[in-house]
Amino acid sequence: MEKTDSIGIVETKYFLFGGDSAGLSLESGRVLSPVTLAYETYGRLNGEKSNAILVLHALSADAHAAGFHKGEKEAGWWETMIGPGKAFDTDKYFVICSNVIGGCKGSTGPSSTDCATGSPYGLDFPVVTIADMVQAQRRLIDFLGIDRLLCVVGGSMGGMQVLQWVASYPGRVRSAIPIATALKTSPQQIAFNEVVRQAIMADPDWKGGDYYRSGQPERGLALARMIGHITFMSDQSMEEKFSRKLKNGAYSFRFGPDFEVQGYLRYRGDRFVKRFDANSYLYVTKAMDYFDLSGNGLFPGETDTRFLVISFKSDWLYPSYQSQDIVRRLKARRVDTTYCEIASTYGHDAFLLEVEEQTSLIGPFLEKTFHGYDVVKSL
Amino acid sequence: MTYNDLRLDYRVIYDLIEPGARVLDLGCGSGDLMYLLARDKAARVQGVELDEAAIYECVRRGLSVFHGDIQSGLEDYPAGSFDYVILNQSIQEVERVDFVIGEALRVGRKVVIGFPNFAYWKARFMLFFRGRAPITPSLPYHWYDTPNVRFLSVTDFREYCGQKNLHVLSSRYLGEKKEVSLWPNLFALNAIFLLTKAETPPV
Repeated sequence: MEKTDSIGIVETKYFLFGGDSAGLSLESGRVLSPVTLAYETYGRLNGEKSNAILVLHALSADAHAAGFHKGEKEAGWWETMIGPGKAFDTDKYFVICSNVIGGCKGSTGPSSTDCATGSPYGLDFPVVTIADMVQAQRRLIDFLGIDRLLCVVGGSMGGMQVLQWVASYPGRVRSAIPIATALKTSPQQIAFNEVVRQAIMADPDWKGGDYYRSGQPERGLALARMIGHITFMSDQSMEEKFSRKLKNGAYSFRFGPDFEVQGYLRYRGDRFVKRFDANSYLYVTKAMDYFDLSGNGLFPGETDTRFLVISFKSDWLYPSYQSQDIVRRLKARRVDTTYCEIASTYGHDAFLLEVEEQTSLIGPFLEKTFHGYDVVKSL
Repeated sequence: MTYNDLRLDYRVIYDLIEPGARVLDLGCGSGDLMYLLARDKAARVQGVELDEAAIYECVRRGLSVFHGDIQSGLEDYPAGSFDYVILNQSIQEVERVDFVIGEALRVGRKVVIGFPNFAYWKARFMLFFRGRAPITPSLPYHWYDTPNVRFLSVTDFREYCGQKNLHVLSSRYLGEKKEVSLWPNLFALNAIFLLTKAETPPV
């Protein structure tokens, strides 16, 4: 088999809980039940159940991290990193990618049917936090019979879930790889999230979140996504990708999209409304706003979790100093840590694009975690 | 990679460090020294390095390393976090060198400092007889491309240790191929000191 192959055809699975068993007690005090959590798995769990890696995704992604769904041309969102011979080598490891509650990609969220009313929750859906998302994922890991995860990894909001896993269940995480993320959501990030939510809520089609029969607030959601995309790129990556290139070779002297960058943002916005629920965008950004593991939040107790912290030089949405804050906390607790700031120009999107650099860090880091010093001795 | 493949200065430092020690290597490069310390002495090593390519090499060898300069970041450690802090061939490039040495002595019980000796006889010769800024095997740069900002001799460093009330536990002097013992300030290309803070005398 070709070593850089794709994992091939995969399918999303659904874990249901809280129907008969206990529901999910949320940080807000409310209880969510029943709960569905979408997830995918790649590779094989070994006999000792010691090779499981949990991959967590960013704001708008889903459980489909690698391989192809039947009949689909587009691979999962981290296809370049997960598969045989890749950074997360499915020949060695059992990789799980879990979706989040509050989203709209197969897990329970505001667009799901509320059993009490028979119609979609809308804004009756409880506000969830990153800790709530992680608690639901823990139920999934329990269900899969895995006591200790070899690694929990994710970028951006996925990185927040990684840190929350360590904070909530330190004994169950052997190693953690938070990428392009922060210990707490900064006022600038909250500000962007607020603008994004206001864009959705200002659309008359939003109707207080009760739009599931009439169709979703497409203009508001597209605008929200356009704002998002600006924050995901860097000044330099936009210059390289678009410069001042014109779509039709000359100024139109109208307000249509003259520049390629305008066309790109509109295209991204229009595509997004076909695959994401506006209310979920509100709930998930809200969960990020509440995220704060500063102070003693990250390590309420003892830990022996190893860390690999990665940031990107041109990322201004989650700047390197925020990753260095995490590192500072780890140093103070004498946690075995590696930190690298990759000299990327892609901005926040780099965690999806800088494959070679991330692979050369993550591959050996996992090997070391899995085999301990034996791997050092064998070199 | 074996002990005999190591650079002379690394071999000297390797011998100074006890098995199982907690070691912080400031300016660890590709991790040659840390790798052998971890593998053969079961030391718990942590590196700090500025060069991104060197970081990848360290990680490939299973070593833990922070990407950053050695000036920042020492403050984050609680006192006594390490048995040894290594500052080898780096203090001559550091702006706030007094601060860094002080911090190293706070976070480490013992500190290894290795530096090029500016008073090496060939350097003296070049300056005195030829009127040229010295270029030697341990100071191989021209005036316009040197990363060095500090120029010190063995005698200067000994004086510094005295002024700062530091105990010199061991001092080793390196020539081109082997250690030297005679008149080190004249014949040593590099010096390696093992230091610790002197006990505060009772008031």
